[in-house]
Amino acid sequence: MNRKPHMGDKRITRRTMTAGLGASVVAGIAPMNIVRAQDATLKVGVLLPRSGAQAGIGQDCQRGVDITPGLLKDLGMPPLQIMNGDTETSVEVARSRAEKMISDGAQVLVGAFDSGQSTAIAQVAEQKGIPYVINIAAAPQITEQGYKFVFRNFPTAGMILADAFANQKELFEATGAAPKTVVFMHVNDTFGTAMKGGIGAVMPKFDMPYKIVDTIAYDPTARDLSVEVAKAKATGADALLMVSRLNDAILITRELVKQRWSPMAILSMGPGWYEDQYLKTLGKIADGPLSFVPWYDPNKPMSKKLDEALAKAHPGVNLNTNHVYTFEALLVAADAFKRARSTDPKALADAIRQTNITDNVSPGPGIQFNEKGQNDKLKDSAIQNRAGKLVTVAPKVAANAKVEWPLQPYDRRG
Amino acid sequence: MPTDIYLNVAVSGVLTGLVYGLMALGLSVIFGVVRVVNFAHGEMTTVAMYLAVVLFATLGLDPLLMMLPIAGVLFVFGYAMQRWLINPFISRPEHSQFILLVAVAIILANGLLIVFGPDARSVQTSYAFDSFMIGPLIVDATKTFAGAAAIAVAAALFAFFRFTRLGTAIRACADNYTGAQVVGLNVPRLYALTFGLGAACVGAAGAMLALITDVTPPLGPSFTLLAFVIVIVGGLGSMPGALAGGILIGVVAAMAGLFYTPSAKGMFVFAILVLVLLFRPQGIFGRRA
Amino acid sequence: MIGRLVADVPRRAALALSVFFLVLLVVPWFANDYLLTVLILIFYFAYTGQAWNIMMGFVGQLSLGHAIYIGLGGYTAAVLFSYFGISPWLGSFAAMLLAVLCGAIIGFLAFRFRVAGVYFAILTIAFAEFARIGFDHFTYVGGSAGFFLPVSNYSQSDLWTLRGKPIMFYYLSLGMTVAAVILCHLMIGSRIGYFWQAIREDEEAARAVGIDTFRYKLLAVVISAAMTSLAGVFFAFYYNNLFPEEVFSINRSIELILAPIFGGLGTLFGPILGAFLLTGLAETLTAAWAALGVDVPGAKQVFYGICLLLVITVLPDGVWPWLYRRLGLAGRPE
Repeated sequence: MNRKPHMGDKRITRRTMTAGLGASVVAGIAPMNIVRAQDATLKVGVLLPRSGAQAGIGQDCQRGVDITPGLLKDLGMPPLQIMNGDTETSVEVARSRAEKMISDGAQVLVGAFDSGQSTAIAQVAEQKGIPYVINIAAAPQITEQGYKFVFRNFPTAGMILADAFANQKELFEATGAAPKTVVFMHVNDTFGTAMKGGIGAVMPKFDMPYKIVDTIAYDPTARDLSVEVAKAKATGADALLMVSRLNDAILITRELVKQRWSPMAILSMGPGWYEDQYLKTLGKIADGPLSFVPWYDPNKPMSKKLDEALAKAHPGVNLNTNHVYTFEALLVAADAFKRARSTDPKALADAIRQTNITDNVSPGPGIQFNEKGQNDKLKDSAIQNRAGKLVTVAPKVAANAKVEWPLQPYDRRG
Repeated sequence: MPTDIYLNVAVSGVLTGLVYGLMALGLSVIFGVVRVVNFAHGEMTTVAMYLAVVLFATLGLDPLLMMLPIAGVLFVFGYAMQRWLINPFISRPEHSQFILLVAVAIILANGLLIVFGPDARSVQTSYAFDSFMIGPLIVDATKTFAGAAAIAVAAALFAFFRFTRLGTAIRACADNYTGAQVVGLNVPRLYALTFGLGAACVGAAGAMLALITDVTPPLGPSFTLLAFVIVIVGGLGSMPGALAGGILIGVVAAMAGLFYTPSAKGMFVFAILVLVLLFRPQGIFGRRA
Repeated sequence: MIGRLVADVPRRAALALSVFFLVLLVVPWFANDYLLTVLILIFYFAYTGQAWNIMMGFVGQLSLGHAIYIGLGGYTAAVLFSYFGISPWLGSFAAMLLAVLCGAIIGFLAFRFRVAGVYFAILTIAFAEFARIGFDHFTYVGGSAGFFLPVSNYSQSDLWTLRGKPIMFYYLSLGMTVAAVILCHLMIGSRIGYFWQAIREDEEAARAVGIDTFRYKLLAVVISAAMTSLAGVFFAFYYNNLFPEEVFSINRSIELILAPIFGGLGTLFGPILGAFLLTGLAETLTAAWAALGVDVPGAKQVFYGICLLLVITVLPDGVWPWLYRRLGLAGRPE
């Protein structure tokens, strides 16, 4: 090798700069001075994982974003100027997108479904003093960091578990039947592990009628869950307690049918079992599982409006958690803007802290945030799949149907 | 635990392993002859799965019947890819080929996302939920069909390489590149044919995989990794080795899931890979070079 | 040492480098935080690319599992800081130690059992995947639920605990990249560097002339691992959370080798140029797509892939050697 390294030349330097930096400089600096002048609309940057591994959920949340402007208009809310961003299911991209949106004038950020990406965005928002409303992300740590500009209208893992156990007991009482033993299967990812970690602390408080005979953790990217289901079946447990995602929920159901095991009930405490794709893919087999999840209160007037808006924009798509909490995050932003009468981030953050929305969609008294920026009054529901539709069976105040119990055996469904 | 569970799990591991073995066979053929590290292997598998899904959804054609047509489509795809895209890279270093195929993988995976959207797609055959009861054994119907088809395709490929002139010529290419050129074989064409055959295996495997699991656009990398593990464990260039490697990995993963935590079964698979790389680099079923 | 460093560089090049460096030094005064974030990402890739390049570019050992060092480094420093209050600067030593140990084991096994070429690459993947799944089940550090570093007060930048604003991380990443370039430059020009190149060009011949190839290959792995682990420490304290699926993933291993190969393998400036071009390309595409009103998730990545494919087809040695020739510079590109 040459002993005289030419590390660079003036021309090279300039060219490198032009090629690599030039575009980003233009993209990064230029829009700085466009905004801030008028207060007529609020610029909201929405960050969702719309490509990459979480693309399915990100794009489903996006449906919630797309139907929001019309609803806000009906509510007499000031208009939002929504900027859509794709985190590509990566924390690096999430962070740089958040910076980009703020430099492009975003006055509030909303997103990002995933706990890791949400944490990355939260840090940017906190540094810049831009309010950030999390739509979905259950890792408890996010609102335990002492952030002043981060708000979450979504339950933490512990809250989901507590409500799940409470709702299960309500159902057991109503039916007069309860499983004595359950086998707990969970996906070994961020959410699944957080839920598993919470069970030990939360479950004893509820004096549940069943005990967990075995815990089976499986890989989130698994394409075959026959062993897992065989192992669960071999425990002889009465019911199946689940924390899963979508694809694994489908795989597990297929295995239940093939391995001819119909538990007394499937009690899911996460996504998957109620999602459209699950219902569509499995048809008749999809009926029966109970999901104890953040949901909507079908008896609230706002829920009907949201449901109608979604049905109009996306016929055949069932309203679900993704749409509800994405809509509510945007509602929080619009509501704060209306009261603050300003796009000043600090005024907006103060307004969000004072939020008290009772005309909302999610179950519970409404949207309020505690000093940590967490809505700790949220209630979860128990929902059941019935002939391709979803009904709420608990808690009683937010229910629109009675539970079907036990699970109709898979081999007796014609 | 009842004893029949071991048998059930083992059978399931064998059947799944056969299908993954068929996919890995494609990689083995490509890697063994063309010496290109096909890092877009998993994405090609995903493309084949989507073909099966689309054919079933639009025309109601069963993946078992469509296995050969899909293999044909992938053959053309592989042939063209080798001929026009990869061929200039044959004499280039591995890392160059690697970047090329990573680029192909990125394009395929995101192209699928654009065309089909992010939701999982599946094939709902009438026998999707069937299983056979044989004594205490419960055998998954789709897996049985898929496993049998995998054996049939592998046998056909084996016969091709063993008993046809073309197959012999390709094997000559693999054994001795320069020698093959000297005796007047059209090496670029044979390479393209080989890549096409490897891709056809992937096509057949993809059609089978569509029967037993759902397909999403980002599925590729894990298939690629799995195929590499199987091929190296089974023995590079050994055709029975790829199937046997698939079965071994399938059974080991299943047993690890049964006796240990299912989410950690990948550790056992990679531990086997490391041991094979260190102590038997020619693979468990390969012959020493 | 500094004398040799300066003496080696022609004056024009030295001048150009200084100007480039000065520009980077003052960038924070006229750039917004978005641009800083992008530049931090660029330096992160330039730095890791430089570290990886030691193994591949200098000695010809293709590692596809460098994520293992990122992850080990990140987790070690993060745990020491969060659980024991130990500064990341001290934690870095522990991180490097662990990475060196891990690299030494992988290198020892591979070179002892003569695992080479593609097989070596697969071996490195296997170790990284093993570590990924292992950390998924390592509940002391949160398992797959992730590890969160405490972040509370951003009013001031604290260099000692690495809690602070992007500008601090900008200078940190810039400093790391410059240090890496200087280190690599020194190594290339040293005895070790010549041994490495001899091994890369022809290992048998190198052994024949008496070079202890096992030892020098192992040295490259160990240095590369130690340097990469520092990038992991940076990653942990910059993003403040670690997930095994994120840091140990094969995608991370792949993304950090794109820049050096794209820029020019075995050169000093290649990884830096590659990082600027690739990250710049990704950001520019996003901006261009937004400006054009294209809202198709995945379209950007398809275009990115096509660019990657075209460049590697047309410029198999990478962009920097080509640019170097086009500019009429003599000798071999550094």
